[in-house]
Amino acid sequence: MQPFTKLTGVAASLPLANVDTDKIIPARFLKTIKRTGLGKNLFDTLRYDETGAERPEFVLNQPAYRNAEILIAHENFGCGSSREHAPWALLDFGIRCVIAPDFADIFHANCFKNGILPVRLPRGICDQLMEDSKMGGNSRVSVDLERQVVVRPSGEEIPFQIDPFRRELLLGGLDDIDQTLQHAPAIDSYEARGKAERAWMPSITV
Amino acid sequence: MQEKPKTLFDKVWNAHVVEQLTDGTCILYIDRHLVHEVTSPQAFEGLRAAGRSVRRPDATIAVVDHNIPTSDRSLPIIEPESLLQVETLERNVAEFGVPYFPVRDIRQGIVHIIGPEQGLSLPGATIVCGDSHTATHGALSALAFGIGTSEVEHVLATQTLLQKPAKNMLVRVDGKLAPGCSAKDIVLAIIGRIGTAGGTGHVIEFAGEAIRALDMAGRMTVCNMAIEGGARAGMIAPDETTFAYVNGRPFAPQGEAFDAAVAYWKTLPSDSGAIYDITVVLDAATIVPQVTWGTNPEAVADITGLVPDPAAEPDEAKRAQMQRMLSYMGLTPGQKLTDIAIDVVFIGSCTNGRIEDIRAAAAVARGRKVAPGVRALVVPGSGTVKQQAEAEGLDLVLREAGFEWREAGCSMCLGMNPDKLTAGQRCASTSNRNFEGRQGPGGRTHLLSPAMAAAAAVTGRLTDVRELV
Repeated sequence: MQPFTKLTGVAASLPLANVDTDKIIPARFLKTIKRTGLGKNLFDTLRYDETGAERPEFVLNQPAYRNAEILIAHENFGCGSSREHAPWALLDFGIRCVIAPDFADIFHANCFKNGILPVRLPRGICDQLMEDSKMGGNSRVSVDLERQVVVRPSGEEIPFQIDPFRRELLLGGLDDIDQTLQHAPAIDSYEARGKAERAWMPSITV
Repeated sequence: MQEKPKTLFDKVWNAHVVEQLTDGTCILYIDRHLVHEVTSPQAFEGLRAAGRSVRRPDATIAVVDHNIPTSDRSLPIIEPESLLQVETLERNVAEFGVPYFPVRDIRQGIVHIIGPEQGLSLPGATIVCGDSHTATHGALSALAFGIGTSEVEHVLATQTLLQKPAKNMLVRVDGKLAPGCSAKDIVLAIIGRIGTAGGTGHVIEFAGEAIRALDMAGRMTVCNMAIEGGARAGMIAPDETTFAYVNGRPFAPQGEAFDAAVAYWKTLPSDSGAIYDITVVLDAATIVPQVTWGTNPEAVADITGLVPDPAAEPDEAKRAQMQRMLSYMGLTPGQKLTDIAIDVVFIGSCTNGRIEDIRAAAAVARGRKVAPGVRALVVPGSGTVKQQAEAEGLDLVLREAGFEWREAGCSMCLGMNPDKLTAGQRCASTSNRNFEGRQGPGGRTHLLSPAMAAAAAVTGRLTDVRELV
């Protein structure tokens, strides 16, 4: 996983609440066995009309925001399904940070596994950042994970909170499984203990 | 000193903590891992790339459900990408030694139907699956939640997850449910009350007289939609209904092992005085059949009501969202919900694809006919459900009424297989999500109960089923 330390880039705003995972990547695009290639269908129905032509009014179709690396949205971003295809599609498009008042739990967890930083900031601040983003290509926002601040184009710094464990993994680009396997002896002893305590839980064989 | 009273969630969580790390993140042990074809290929690929194996194949079960057609099972899968996902799963389970119910096995079905049905899902267990509706299994007092593909890989490799404990939320439904109302109406009413993000960061424990009175199928319907209220999981305390359901199922403990299990399960209900971070109380007697009018499950109303008017909404952002929903749904403010004509009826899914749901639909359909111009599908949640329904003659009742009787799968719940809506089609659906395009691009979804769906099928419009029974 690519580490996330500091990102400076164009921010695009999507002023919608409850952006669900079907909106981020509709189910018909989940028939892939790869993690890559989903960027072209990110926000598919918002981005393209019935004929497949781009909708010019959609933010990511506008020249200033085609290379956006930061997305700003409203409440409950990523609600719905557990599909990791949603963060994969964002990442494949080039978005590495989403800023919103809050996120759905599974989407939030999935972002961290893919080097995407979800930043929770109050609605009022998100609205300010959306206002900033109207400057288009001049709206360069910095997101500094080491210092835990978002820097507005004006230079104003906005601090944010993040889970320390997840921050550490993201900063180091560390693999969760490697981390957990360092605790393999604890898993072994839990299983040994469980064999006696939960003898009623059968093994599955078909 | 007396121990702090614990909730059902606290107890199951605590019993599975392998190790607590520095900042409160826990390594949580997973008892049951359900795997399907859509969210697992990249996980197995990750294992292969890292040279890892599946730590506990004997705690894992795989099945195909999302992609497979629900038409004739003797025919091959036509869509090449769907076929590739199915074949990839079959290759992966063979290579990694994971137990698997093949497509033509009677036990094949929707992952959240077959887990409880086969006795794979057990009280007090931790259960995960790369699917948000894993919350379903919480009806059996399991801690069950959906995970992403990276976490699927993590569980395959380590049999654990890195997690922080959720907060506790209690939703208590007091009183008795009126005739004509069902578990689906309860859970839609709950989501209407708490909103789609009302449970974020929480595990919901559903309790109260009306929940206790539900059979296991109804409890599964309620827990299934916990995620639609934003909750990580839903749970219901174990009782005699739970134990009777589990007893004798193929993969459940048998004999003395079952008795030992019940003795343990009886310790799981929340202690009196347990503290919840949020408590919500509903009166079942006030619940009437529910139907959604918008494009998320909180946009729900009583069937006796009207399409709401955005002009009456004071919050500007919410007003704009309502307008967007009504425009997508092709509805007019103030329109009677029972005046809305429908094109398609879908009865099935992990929310309502159990035998009890099919019985409820058949009871309404019996002796009636599907309205002209309406396509109505009934899709059993598993091969076993289908077999049972046929043994009861329900397939005949439904076919005679003009319903299609299909093979088990996710079907029209999510438009990943040939069963989908076309643009502009309006569907009365027993599934769980009414998001834009969920059942097919441009499709319009109204969520409701199986009895309400059958009522809509025979009248051709959204209908208060209480007028038909």
